[in-house]
Amino acid sequence: MKREIWKGSEAIAEAAIRAGCRCFFGYPITPQNEIPEYMSLHMPQSGGVFVQAESELAAVNMVYGAAASGVRAMTSSSSPGVSLKQEGISYLAACQLPAVVVNVMRGGPGLGSIQPAQGDYFQATRGGGNGDYRTVVLAPANIQEAVDLTQEAFDIADQYRNPVVLLADGLIGQMMEPIVWKERTPRPLPEKTWAACGRGDRDHNNFITSLLIDAPSCEAHNLELHKKVLEMEKNECRWEEILLEDAEMVLVAYGTPSRVAQTAAENLRKQGIKAGVFRPITLWPYPYARLREIAALDRVKVFLTVEMSLGQMLDDVNLAVAERKPVKFYGRCGGKIPGVSEVERAAQEAWKEVK
Amino acid sequence: MTTIYQKTKGLQDTELHYCPGCAHGIVHKLIGEILEEMDALGTAIGICPVGCAVFAGNYFSFDTIEAAHGRAPAVATAVKRTHPTQPVFTYQGDGDLASIGAAEIVHAAMRGEKFTTIFINNAIYGMTGGQMAPTTLIGQKATTAPLGRTKEQAGMPIRVAEMLSTLDGCVYAERVCVTDIPHLNKTKKALKKAFQRQMAGDGFTFVEVLAACPTNWGMEIDEANQWLTEHMAAYYPLGVIKDTEAT
Repeated sequence: MKREIWKGSEAIAEAAIRAGCRCFFGYPITPQNEIPEYMSLHMPQSGGVFVQAESELAAVNMVYGAAASGVRAMTSSSSPGVSLKQEGISYLAACQLPAVVVNVMRGGPGLGSIQPAQGDYFQATRGGGNGDYRTVVLAPANIQEAVDLTQEAFDIADQYRNPVVLLADGLIGQMMEPIVWKERTPRPLPEKTWAACGRGDRDHNNFITSLLIDAPSCEAHNLELHKKVLEMEKNECRWEEILLEDAEMVLVAYGTPSRVAQTAAENLRKQGIKAGVFRPITLWPYPYARLREIAALDRVKVFLTVEMSLGQMLDDVNLAVAERKPVKFYGRCGGKIPGVSEVERAAQEAWKEVK
Repeated sequence: MTTIYQKTKGLQDTELHYCPGCAHGIVHKLIGEILEEMDALGTAIGICPVGCAVFAGNYFSFDTIEAAHGRAPAVATAVKRTHPTQPVFTYQGDGDLASIGAAEIVHAAMRGEKFTTIFINNAIYGMTGGQMAPTTLIGQKATTAPLGRTKEQAGMPIRVAEMLSTLDGCVYAERVCVTDIPHLNKTKKALKKAFQRQMAGDGFTFVEVLAACPTNWGMEIDEANQWLTEHMAAYYPLGVIKDTEAT
């Protein structure tokens, strides 16, 4: 297969078009402007719809409209903009509408910085908007994976009728890497008989709504949604294990820091510390069960979580490890990326404590 | 025997939850009749608001989508652009459209989105129980303006039809009311024109319906209609505000 050099954001946009996304609605924000820019030219050329919305709120509600009428749609933004989209994401989940939301994370809180960060982990993995719901959260660590997961995201969204978040950090969005456009086998997907696309010959009208004003029906609706949460937890969990076969120290990291952690682990091995990397690919559902198994292994002495935040995924690592082994943390934030030598030092210190 | 009147197929055979004297039921019926006359009940897609008409999808017989508060024009933008040959409309109240959704309606009109917005202006928040709206008149009492709205505290009420008319993308804007049969007939004509111009692909079309809210205004129905005619129609003049087809 032919290898091509692609910039992350543009690759994500092209991957969406190839996945059958028919609409893109966005609003400018750094560091993801290449997605709407690419879409503005290529989405109409592929017969789809592009609108630069007046705000992130409008953009996500346009996605809601497209999804409600049965059309594959996507929006993208970066951290402060994704906060604004939370209203729409909650409504998408409530109305069981499939859609893909891309967050190319930058430093926060507030306006923060425009450099890569991972401070939106809590927001992405705990729902983010109001109410009881979850979104599948896919976290690519390179451009090839960003492409593959973007395409997969649309199928997951359609299968469960649930929004899916592609959570990339600014580095994934801005970096160029070689990729190949793989032949994909789409999942078998249910027909969108629920869509409000014109009644036609149907014996009933479709009314997409999230208002269930009496408590018993609202609870029943929540329980229905929760069944899907359990299904997604069961079926969609993904992770990668790097150098873990004999590892005594486990670095846990996702996205860009997982690549830093991998190099650090390779270096640590040269220094006699058997380090490996556990890389969650889905941040929700989180691979708790596998991480718990690893934590139970006698040879595994210590965990080191590495993030571009001050410790958000750390909570999930702690939930999984459940005090079986010590869990240490190293993080940079606000747009700073942890360097290999910093991670090595943190690992060496952690190792000293348990040795 | 000849049938001289029958209920529109545009509405489901169900009871409405609206209060006595409310305009929602009347306007729902007119929309149903027009879409039926246009043979569009199988293709129409309506976008409902947050507010008293939040349940409109339980009453219309065609497909509908309930939008987040104020976001109906954004939702309709996507629906119309992905279903360009089908009639699409938003149905919104004054809190929804003129307050929380002010950005969405202005930008949909600016872009000349080819859908119709039906704006029910009753100068108050109905569903939440009578709070002040951007369209509440000066001196009019509301639960968040218990002594009456003042210009100093809340500014002057917003005339949405006039505001949207300044945008080139808006090709037709008319303000109507349904206080009596002649006005009701005018409203139907305005709605029909809006849908026809939408289907001709001309641009954004807008019909503002001045509506009584006897419950939250604390008035009898007749009194409320009279108050609407005397006070609301004085500040919000009835008639065609903009028509790019007018000669």
